[in-house]
Order: sequence, then structure tokens, then C-alpha cells
Amino acid sequence: MTRDIAAARIMPSGADWSATAQRWRVPLLTVALAALPWIVPSQALAVNILIFGLYATGFNLLFGFAGMLSFGHAAFFGAGAYGAGIALARYGVGWFGAIAIGVAVAGVLALLIGALSIRSRGIYFSMVTLALAQLVYYVAFQATDWTGGENGLRGLTVSVIHIGPLALNFLDPVTKYYVILVFVVAALYAISRLLNAPFGAAMEAVRENESRAAAIGYDVKRIKLIAFTLSGLVCGLAGTLDALHLSIVPIDTLFYQTSGLAVMMVLLGGSGTFLGPFVGAAIFLLIEDVFSIWTPHWQLFVGIVFILAVLFLPRGVWGTLAAWHKRRSA
Amino acid sequence: MTLDLIVAQLFTGVALGAVFVLLSTGLSVIFGMLGVVNFAHGAFYMTGAYAGVFVLALTGNFWIALVAVPVLIGVMGLGVERFLIRPLYGRGQDYPLLLTFGLGYVLIEVVRILFGTDGMPFETPPLLSGGLDIEGLGYFPAYRLFVIAMTAALMLGLWILLERTRYGLIIRGAARDPEILSVLGVDTRKVFLLVFGLGTGLAALAGLLAAPMRSVNPEMGVAVLIEAFVVTVIGGMGSLLGGAVAGMLVGIVVSMTALWMPEMSEISMFALMALVLLVRPHGLFGRGALAR
Repeated sequence: MTRDIAAARIMPSGADWSATAQRWRVPLLTVALAALPWIVPSQALAVNILIFGLYATGFNLLFGFAGMLSFGHAAFFGAGAYGAGIALARYGVGWFGAIAIGVAVAGVLALLIGALSIRSRGIYFSMVTLALAQLVYYVAFQATDWTGGENGLRGLTVSVIHIGPLALNFLDPVTKYYVILVFVVAALYAISRLLNAPFGAAMEAVRENESRAAAIGYDVKRIKLIAFTLSGLVCGLAGTLDALHLSIVPIDTLFYQTSGLAVMMVLLGGSGTFLGPFVGAAIFLLIEDVFSIWTPHWQLFVGIVFILAVLFLPRGVWGTLAAWHKRRSA
Repeated sequence: MTLDLIVAQLFTGVALGAVFVLLSTGLSVIFGMLGVVNFAHGAFYMTGAYAGVFVLALTGNFWIALVAVPVLIGVMGLGVERFLIRPLYGRGQDYPLLLTFGLGYVLIEVVRILFGTDGMPFETPPLLSGGLDIEGLGYFPAYRLFVIAMTAALMLGLWILLERTRYGLIIRGAARDPEILSVLGVDTRKVFLLVFGLGTGLAALAGLLAAPMRSVNPEMGVAVLIEAFVVTVIGGMGSLLGGAVAGMLVGIVVSMTALWMPEMSEISMFALMALVLLVRPHGLFGRGALAR
């Protein structure tokens, strides 16, 4: 996939431009995301790209950097959404506390599911994560007192956000967008630091060759579990933001399709790259936005684009661009 | 809780289990030979049921559908292997998995376009609409008896094919070491092609057999895919016997929980899987080496 990233870090090549872009990736992405509402066709699309881009980034942390293809990340996205939603709607917790609770719930769930699923490897791992996430879905489906069951969780509208003396109107789409952006940027900064830290290299070592990583002296199981949990935390944060944005939590948030969404977005954009997940989320949601205007069967086009990407563009759009640039400047 | 109620539910569980066995066998055969986790397996199951609706509307004969559907969808499977999956060999196991995931998406949408988004009725064939009444034990619907017998016969046939014939020897050889086999003069690409067709044909047959028992709609394959995965994880990937035992086990556990704790029936199979994973991470009959 992208061993280039590790290589680029170890030996800063002649390509100054790409090294600079690498160093400034979080500020650059922040500027791009801040401009997003004025570029894409609608505000709703922009906020979805923001939230699902973060969700895909969290998934990419595990799939792209640690090489573990999970098909159960809907569980963490949903746990974040339901955790925050239940705290807001049932216990009257404030918006910030609700986000913290949502992220914590997702983290604990990721630790549990991770502990069980990292015992298996490869595609076996994919199937186990998928099945365990479905278990979470069915439990939420039955626990109607807490989750609202089939009808989804309602009544968690946050209209005003208080930060110190400041009172922000959260119902205003633009304000809402930038409040959510603050959280997304904070998460991106943390992820960027993590990937640059020795732990990032350790994850990539596990991805490239598990037994060699173990031979060097890495505790492979522990690295996998930490990567899994961190990935779950990030996806949980995306889930809480989605709950705040929508003011409801539909039960489908936890379903298989939501897990597949992260997989598709990351592969379309480029797995194992920092910006790829956002590019992939933007492509996916733009296809949905454009095609759903004139056909209810827009998923057909998403599916075909995805198949073509797997066959002919396995590095994804962003990954291919980055590799092309690297070849030209080398 | 009377005895006949328990027997009836147990019987329902075995019939449900039979569908699981067919599904997980197709999944397992494809994985065992090609190393491909077929995420479109549920979609092939669904297209099998719809192909049944189509052939039945055309001919009005269930028995023709029973032969035509697996052949039709099996041929479609051949095309999928040849043009979509073959280019991906040697690129790691994730890519075929991702490709079939996308294919599942496309198949569901195509069926929605052709047949509409609503469900379709599927009548039990008239010859099998009756049942067997055994005094003191209960009433056994003929169609479910037929599904169980059909599955048993197919599994026996498959076992004979794989273990007792020359073709089976080649298929097992291809699963063990395709390189050596091609050195010996066997066209392994052809083996892979036919095995994928066989697997999708089995999925389609499972869909057709399940159609009169469960509802026919474009999303019917999604839940079933996950159920088939659960069965395969419990039984152990790549093990025919494991798939058969686990399929029956899951069918029975699900319908027995439906009897005592209806709200837990969907959860029970996942709980069973988690339990098996804790004790045996490679499944009941799985060997470590296969869970690469």
C-alpha cells in the first residue's frame, strides 16, 4: 500500500514541496475544510463531508496504518452517537459533557470488541468485527427504553452552545459547521502527532510484517489493541458530532452499511494517506448529492465507481496523486 | 411448554439451519480454494430468490426453477470471477473482499431497478404445500422437510465430489498448493473459475429454497450474509464439516431462543459466536493455518 509514508519520514527526499506539505498537513487541511461550505453545493453536504471525513480518518488509522480491515466500525460511530444522544436526551447532560461521554462509550466498546477480535487475523478479523458490530446493532434495536429502538433516538436538539460568556446559536448552519470543525481539527492534530510519533511507525511495522515486528521486539497484540481503541475513539467522536448535527440518532447508524461507508470512503480517497479519507468522503457524498437528484438508485453509481477504484485505482484518488507527484519529483 | 411445541420449533430450526449450511458451504468452498471472502454472497442469495420469482412467472413450474436458478446465477458467478476477481489475484486478500462488497451494492440496486423496492410474494409449490402429521409429536410442513432433504442430498453429493472423485482431488490440490498443481499440468485458473461458479450457484439455490420460508426483498441478502459469516466463523473457515455442524447449531439455537426469549433470538447467534471465539479463536473445526 503506502510504505512511502514511512520512507518519506525517515529520509526527507529532494521533494521539498511534498515534505513541506507533509509537515503542514493539518493547517492545510484546516484551511481547506474552513473554506468547504463556500465551495460545495450545499451547507448540509459540507457538514457531512466534515463528519464522515473524520469517521473515515478514524477508520483509516486502523485499516490504512495498521493494516486491519474492520467491517464493524459502525459500532463505534453509533456508540458515540448514542452515548452523546442518551446523555443529552435522557440525563440532561450539557453538550460538551455529552460529547465526552459519547467518546468514552465508544472507546470502552472499542476496547472490548478489539480485545475479542484481534485474536483473529486477516479476513477472519473482518468477519468477526462485522459480526460483533451486528450484535451491538441488535442489542440497541431491542433496548428501546434507552435507544428508542427502531424509531431511533429523538429529543436531543441542542439549540445554544455556551462557551464561557459566549452563547452560540447552534441552529445556524454556519455556526454549527465551525463549532464541529473545531473538534475535527483538534482530532486531526492529535492523529497527525500520533502518526509522527514512534507509535505510528510501530503500527506501520505491524501492517507490513507482523512476525518481523514481533521479532524486533514490538508487542504486536498490544499495538493492535491500542490502534483499534484509538480508531474507535476517533470514530466515536465523529458519531457524537453527527448526533449533535442531526438532533436524532437513527438506528441505521449502527448498521452494517455504516461500516461499509468508512471502507468505501477510505478506499476511494486512498488508504494509508492522511488526506485520503477526506477526499474519499467528499467523492462519495458528492456522487450521492449529484446522482440522487435524478435517480433514487444513486447507490448503483457509488458501487460501480467503487468497483472501478478497486480494479484500477487501488491507492485511491489522493494516494494516486501523491504517488504520481513523488515519481515526478524523484 | 409442551413437547410438540418444542419439537416443532426444533424442526423449524433444522430447516433454517439447512439454509445456513448451503450458504456457508458456498462461502467456505470459495474461500478455501480462492482465498476470497465473498461479500457478495448475500447478494447472490438474493438474486437467486429473484431469479426464482422470474423463472416461476415465466414457466409456472417450481421444479424448472430449482434447476434453472443455480445454473443461471452460477453462470453469472463465472463471469464475475473471470472479469472482476481474476485481475486481483496476487494483490492480497483485502482487494477481492472489497470488490465483492462493491458488487453486492450494485446487485442490490440492479434488482431494485428491475423488480422494485418492495418485497415479493413467493408461494410454496403446490406439491409441497401439505405436511406430515405424526400423532403425539406434531405437524411437519412438507416444504421444510423437502428443504432439509435437499440440503442433505446436496451435501452428500458435494462430499462425494470432493473426496471420492478425480475432480475433487484436483480441487483439493488447488486449495493446498495451486502452483504445484499447475506445474503438474492442471489449468488452475479453470479450477478457480468453476469453484466460484459452484459457490455462487449454491448461494442462489439457498436463496430460492429460502424464498417460500422467508420474505423476498432486495435487502434479504444483507442480514443473511452476516448470518453466513457467523456460521463460518463458528464452524471454522474452509471446513465443510464445520460449516454443516455450525449451520445446524445456529439454526437450532436461533429458533429455540425465539421460543423462550423472542427478543433475544437475533442476538443469540452472535453471543454463541463470541463464546466460541473466546474458547477456540479459529472456530470449532478450523485449523490455525487457514485463518491466515
